[in-house]
Amino acid sequence: MFAYLVRRVLYAIPILIGVNMLTFVLFFVVNSPDDMARMQIGIKRATPEAIERWKVERGYDKPLFFNDAASGTGRLTDTIFFDKSLRMFAFDFGRADDGRDIAQEIRDRMAPSLAIALPTFALGLFAAVSLALLLVFFRATYLDFWGVVGCVAMMSISSLFYIIGGQWLVSKLWALVPISGYAAGIDAARFLVLPVLIGVVAGIGSSTRWYRTIFLEEISKDYVRTARAKGLSELRVLFRHVLKNAMIPILTGVVVVIPLLFMGSLLMESFFAIPGLGSYTIDAINAQDFAVVRAMVFIGSVLYIVGLILTDISYTLVDPRVRLE
Amino acid sequence: MSIQPVVLWTDALLFALVVAGLLAALHVRRTEPLREAWRAVGRRPTGMAAATVLLAFVVVGLLDSLHYRPLLPELEQGAEVSAGAQGQRSPIYSAEVLSALDAILAPLRLQTEKTYSAPLAATLYQRETVVAPDGGQVRVYPRLVHGASHLTDPPAQLAADVAWRVVKAVAIAAAVWSLAFVLVVFGVGRGSQLRWGEAVSAVVRGRTALAWRAALLSFGVLLLITSVWAMLATHYHVFGTDKVGQDVLYLALKSVRTALVIGTITTLVMMPFAVALGIAAGYLGGWVDDAVQYVYTVLNAIPGVLLIAAAVLMMQVVIDTHPQWFDTAAQRSDARLLALCFILGMTSWTGLARLLRGETLKLRELEYVQAARAFGVGTAAILRRHILPNVMHIVLIALVMDFSGLVLAEAVLSYVGIGVDPTTISFGTMINMARAELAREPMVWWSLAAAFVFMFVLVLAANLFADVVRDAFDPRRS
Repeated sequence: MFAYLVRRVLYAIPILIGVNMLTFVLFFVVNSPDDMARMQIGIKRATPEAIERWKVERGYDKPLFFNDAASGTGRLTDTIFFDKSLRMFAFDFGRADDGRDIAQEIRDRMAPSLAIALPTFALGLFAAVSLALLLVFFRATYLDFWGVVGCVAMMSISSLFYIIGGQWLVSKLWALVPISGYAAGIDAARFLVLPVLIGVVAGIGSSTRWYRTIFLEEISKDYVRTARAKGLSELRVLFRHVLKNAMIPILTGVVVVIPLLFMGSLLMESFFAIPGLGSYTIDAINAQDFAVVRAMVFIGSVLYIVGLILTDISYTLVDPRVRLE
Repeated sequence: MSIQPVVLWTDALLFALVVAGLLAALHVRRTEPLREAWRAVGRRPTGMAAATVLLAFVVVGLLDSLHYRPLLPELEQGAEVSAGAQGQRSPIYSAEVLSALDAILAPLRLQTEKTYSAPLAATLYQRETVVAPDGGQVRVYPRLVHGASHLTDPPAQLAADVAWRVVKAVAIAAAVWSLAFVLVVFGVGRGSQLRWGEAVSAVVRGRTALAWRAALLSFGVLLLITSVWAMLATHYHVFGTDKVGQDVLYLALKSVRTALVIGTITTLVMMPFAVALGIAAGYLGGWVDDAVQYVYTVLNAIPGVLLIAAAVLMMQVVIDTHPQWFDTAAQRSDARLLALCFILGMTSWTGLARLLRGETLKLRELEYVQAARAFGVGTAAILRRHILPNVMHIVLIALVMDFSGLVLAEAVLSYVGIGVDPTTISFGTMINMARAELAREPMVWWSLAAAFVFMFVLVLAANLFADVVRDAFDPRRS
């Protein structure tokens, strides 16, 4: 298993290089740093001096790949490609436009992001699997039919409406919790209840339907019939047999998103003014802070690859037939 | 000619899609298995009802895609004078690009108020200070310029006037619906050689081959709503007006086209990539497979929103630094819309490519493909003749399944600031503007309500239709 993991990590390197190249091309080749400078300063005020100053401040004044002016290894390292792209592999993201260190900022903002994403994820998973089991237990009845209709209706509502509606109803009309904001420590719970609740409700339609399909596929298999023939109760069949065997498809969809929880939710955090990585990204997008967006892209892909590896490991935990070699 | 037709890129692609759809329909008519699958869609009441609703949206969207620039009336004279001097006509067209839908909805588009007004209101939503006839200042709710302006005493007359208009609308809708009912009964009767009475009872009881009753019912509801709107909209603002006094119903109807463009063109532009790469990877294997898998793993590894954000930011820089490419503002926002479709397509083709690769891997081992190979049929011919037709159901399912997700994604992306151009009317921009209005006191809820209703109906219909299509075409579900 160790050898397998090492191989997987090695496989990740070309993928990360690909991500890196892609962002590099997107940010520096499609548009020259001059274009970006002109855009940021404002087309009308962009004098050549202002553009030059903007580039020097951010280190965009160097050549892209090869620096003739430098000597020795400096020819390769004193370039935009090395400075802005390769350094990311050492998690050195440089500074944001406001002068703060991006890596430090990311470390600070991870906790609030997790505080909202983790409960949303766990509660959402629990609620969706329970509801799906309930629908499967009552399959081919009116409850099942209307349950599915409800799921389809719920997934047809944009998450924006859930957030706006929830904020309006719970915070404004009933005044139960603050409308937005964040506090450190135990005090945070007050601010987190609503976003977590909305996150769970917004996602429940599509995920319940998805799990229901998985369970229904499983329930038509022979071993389930055998279990029933042995005289097991339907509940026991569902929990002991169907749920266990449905773990592989469930894990496939679930485990890969766990590391991405660190990134937070763009929408939730920006609506509820939670100082996490999601709102950091959204602010960077609105302020066109390219360095931050590039850093987030890189971290996102690292976490995704971690998620893929975790998925493989999780298979061995639920299915003894799977061995990683 | 008093108008100059303008064909925006997305218009051309939308109509190309319609033509492709018609050609596909011809093909389906000639191919028995496909015809049977579509009949299975038509047999399901949900399928027919959802298709009817979607068709209504498509009609609105297509009308909104026939763009033109009107001739400027006040400049017409001056242009003629100079034309007379030079001996040739050089008409000057407005920089504003309108669509056929704008022309139909001209009363809605032009009857703007000063600011917010509630649905069916006769006055503005907030008090304003006006100078009274005696010279003093009073705080009153000013009357609207257009909404209910034909009434002399709105509080007393408004309810009766609205009710009378609704009654007239219901009567018109009932008349048109009866006509549609007779047509359907006639068609059903001819198709299955029934007498009139039998055909009527078959339709009413829902015992026709295709679920005509469901289609007629949803058509009836749509007709009723449209005719009530049509009767009211000439003299009222059915969904109120927004901050700058624009009619919200007009904004909602204009949003439909943006949603349709995002939902369909995105899949359309990504399809060639997904199909070509997916099939090639699955059939050829070897380094082609490795390369394609590498590309889509890299694209998958980047969280979707971030990749879209990065690409949209860069696209914005390109558009902003090249203003000379675009004649009108409409062309610029259209370019941005199209670019957004491309970006969404680039980030979402990987899923379809992976499905197609898997299916092709299965197909290439089947006897008929191996037989073709043994007979010496070339690779290109095998792919075209044997593989492609047998994976098309996956493409079709992806097309209908992705639609609703893309419509929802547009709203979120526009909220985040990486969606359509802020001047493009879309559900996302509507929600974005409406969000601040909820915090006002008293609350302005109608823009949000209108966006919600339109989006919900569109996405729900698309979801239901997608389910029915998948059930009919996916061999694993029977």
